[in-house]
Amino acid sequence: MVNALEATSPKVVEPTVFDLSSPGRVGVQMPAPDVPAMEAPPSHLLRSELPLPELAEADVVRHYTRLSSFNYSVDGGFYPLGSCTMKYNPKINEDVCRLPGFLFTHPLQPIETAQGNLALMYQLQEWLKEIAGFAGVTLQPAAGAQGEFTGILMMRAYHKSRGDDKRVKMLIPDAAHGTNPASVGMMGMTVVTIPSDSRGNVDLNALEAACDDTVVGMMLTNPNTLGMFDENVEKVISLVHGCGGLMYGDGANLNALLGIVRPGDVGFDVMHFNLHKTFAVPHGGGGPGSGPVGAAEHLLDFLPDPLVGIVEEGDDETPPLYGFITPAKTIGRMKTFHGHFGGGLVRAFAYIAMQGPDGLKDIAQYAVLNANYLQAKLRDTYKIPYDRICMHEFVAEGRFEGSDVRALDISKRLMDYNFHPPTNYFPLIVPEALMIEPTETENKDTLDAFADAMIKIAEEAKTAPEVVKSAPHTTRFGRMDEVKAARELVLCCWLPEGYDLS
Amino acid sequence: MTYIPISPHERDEMLATVGVQSLDELFDAIPAKQRFPKLNLPPAWTEMEALEELSNIANANENARGDLISFLGAGMYHHYIPSVVDHMLRRGEFYTAYTPYQPEISQGTLQAIFEYQSLMAALTGMDVSNASHYDGATAAAEAVTLAHVQFRGKRNRVVLSPAIHPQYRQVIRTYTQAMGVEIVGENDGLSDVRFSAEDLQALVSEETCLVIVQYPDFFGRVYDYKKFIDDAHAKGALVCVIANPTALALFKTPGEMGADIVVGDGQPLGIPMWFGGPSIGFFTTRKQYIHKMAGRLVGETVDNKGQRGYVLTLTAREQHIKRERATSNICTNQSLLALASAVYLSVLGKAGLKQVANLCYQKAHYAANELNKVKGYGVSRDVFFHEFVLECPQSASEINAHLLEHGILGGYDLGQDYPALKNHLLIAVTEMNSKEEIDALVSVLSEVKYG
Ligand SMILES: Cc1ncc(COP(=O)(O)O)c(C=O)c1O
Repeated sequence: MVNALEATSPKVVEPTVFDLSSPGRVGVQMPAPDVPAMEAPPSHLLRSELPLPELAEADVVRHYTRLSSFNYSVDGGFYPLGSCTMKYNPKINEDVCRLPGFLFTHPLQPIETAQGNLALMYQLQEWLKEIAGFAGVTLQPAAGAQGEFTGILMMRAYHKSRGDDKRVKMLIPDAAHGTNPASVGMMGMTVVTIPSDSRGNVDLNALEAACDDTVVGMMLTNPNTLGMFDENVEKVISLVHGCGGLMYGDGANLNALLGIVRPGDVGFDVMHFNLHKTFAVPHGGGGPGSGPVGAAEHLLDFLPDPLVGIVEEGDDETPPLYGFITPAKTIGRMKTFHGHFGGGLVRAFAYIAMQGPDGLKDIAQYAVLNANYLQAKLRDTYKIPYDRICMHEFVAEGRFEGSDVRALDISKRLMDYNFHPPTNYFPLIVPEALMIEPTETENKDTLDAFADAMIKIAEEAKTAPEVVKSAPHTTRFGRMDEVKAARELVLCCWLPEGYDLS
Repeated sequence: MTYIPISPHERDEMLATVGVQSLDELFDAIPAKQRFPKLNLPPAWTEMEALEELSNIANANENARGDLISFLGAGMYHHYIPSVVDHMLRRGEFYTAYTPYQPEISQGTLQAIFEYQSLMAALTGMDVSNASHYDGATAAAEAVTLAHVQFRGKRNRVVLSPAIHPQYRQVIRTYTQAMGVEIVGENDGLSDVRFSAEDLQALVSEETCLVIVQYPDFFGRVYDYKKFIDDAHAKGALVCVIANPTALALFKTPGEMGADIVVGDGQPLGIPMWFGGPSIGFFTTRKQYIHKMAGRLVGETVDNKGQRGYVLTLTAREQHIKRERATSNICTNQSLLALASAVYLSVLGKAGLKQVANLCYQKAHYAANELNKVKGYGVSRDVFFHEFVLECPQSASEINAHLLEHGILGGYDLGQDYPALKNHLLIAVTEMNSKEEIDALVSVLSEVKYG
């Protein structure tokens, strides 16, 4: 409970929909029933009150429009959030994914009436296979983390199908994203953390020592979260394969590899894609994403149920009939229906189709050029602990000799210069990490302006540290009291007291 | 079509700054054998071509707006979406933002999620809601994890009602296959529509961590679970209710019946069918389980200017902090669809949502009454919401094929999952079905001859 002395009420910048509610106001109305009145449901089954707000349509539009103005977004400015690939989201994709033929199709309608959707899904499976070098792809997983869970279930099922029951260890580099160990934790397996070496590669000695016949496999993000392509990737994979393990690829960073190298060719057995990073599906303020999984030949039978396949071959005159097929030893279903079709698959399909093979390679090349350009411009000001040619992102240390300004402060100060901060405090192996991923859709002027702001802040850290530590100063909202939020746990708002619910 | 805003001349300047001669030189770390594969993909479309081609693909479907009269539900429903909803979703400030990790410049998303949490708690009659799951089925699977963790693995049995959506049961099985829990219910002689709550209760024991039921159940039936939940609680088990959010505008809340967890799919709240996704899974619970609940949570606080604001809170439960000890790996969720639900519930409000529910109720009952009059068809007398089981004189697949010839998308063929129900269709009626459409369904079905 809030202490009475502390409870001075805060200033409300934008009321909630509950605050804005006024009894008797109506928004969108529905038509009157066009059928004869039916007997009402038995009263003991009915709810007594429905405490929802009452607003007019214009109230709702003003409210959410004002809220939208409190957000920083890719449409509004530079968003170099490492590991998240905040590239520009093409507007045409917003139009095509809302075509009525996509919006108003039901996932359970007969396949003969949904051949457009199924053909699109089949084609997207084929394209993703080609782009990353896999023998099969499922489009079902909802996001990267669910893709990981899918892949690990498949790895487990593979070992079990061979009667190899003693494999319980998953090898994960110390630079890995939190979802990797968390996905393993959900399976009751144990995580063995493998350190990185001084060049940001997997430490081969530590890896070799961990490889034995209890290893399920290894989860490797490559390029890793330092933005480094592992220079020994072939050796890493051969060590893991050598002890009977399988190689999982976290494809969060695939943007750097399009047309550059196919993870399947290097020996990865299974990998998830993040369509919401690499293939320009918008992040939506935290989702929905889409996390298809690619699998090598020996894992095809374990893919989730169902996949899209050709159920009747076509010929010169008739197209094939697309439908659903169940892999022989499937791990089962990951979610209802067929994945994030409209929001994820249609947009990604449109994006890939509009890039073609050359466009995809350009994306990777310019994403890598932009990151290296920024790295070069910041190298003299910020310590780059793993300093070599990076891929699509790099990690700098947000701290300076003799100053108590931290990565968090630098991040907040960047807001005053109208930039979104980089990812901070990840990966965990770099102190005060600032993980910077510019993406290929930023021009040189923006990169220059960002580098200038970063250099300026480094100077401020020496000359006016208080300004940096109390930033941001120019945003509508200041730093939030996170301790209060966690202590008081106000997680819902309710209708004001005394509100007439009748 | 490229979205790269760098001219050749700028590229060369940048390469010089980096200290390399060419773009290709940036990739020396890649194994040479595999470097620069030739991708076998079709040449790029321009924007004009993409619009044309994708229109053709979309038009190769038959859809419930232009081509077909739909009576298909089974977990995905054709509802009216007020125009406002998509106008708000299409604001770039919302849809091109990331997860609100930087609260100073993410208050739009944070407050919208906070409102979503509040609206879902109000609708389900529970204390708290998280910020979303992928869909209703994965939310139900995460409820199993919560219960399993709550009893620290000492209770290892989960009782699933056979009247839960078959795909939800499949997803729960997938999620729990490596967890060491045993699932009972669906294969224990309760495999058809005639099982009772008592039959299900008989499976609940001291070893049960969680019982899951659906409300209305997969067959559309509305049942007061109060006593059922009390009895399960008496054996120490937690109870999760999978609910249809539209039904909750009319019917008693699972919260009122004593549920510990309420989950479901929020698709009916302003999200298009979109061939099955993305939709949103909601998850609400009691205060005492907050710390074991998966997923993001937004909490209210103040900023350093004394203004009310919102932040992601209790993040220590989540994967980026707890890593392998986190109970869930969820990261990206369904944020934009939480916004859709919040806008939908706000703009319909108390009166509008009741109208939607009432229309669904009235029209479905009209359809059931009329179909019940047709020789050879039968509808059970259970209380139902907007979906009901129709017994047919022939196999459901033959009936559906006949309906499709008349431009009608028939119901869900229950024989696929319940062998005893092979002549039964699950018919869904929403506010989108006019009386005329319902009469057309009745009339086409009357033509199907007995036997
Ligand atoms: C390296 C890496 N792996 C996995 C994930 C998880 O992906 P998602 O958020 O789509 O579940 C992320 C997301 O940020 C990531 O950066």
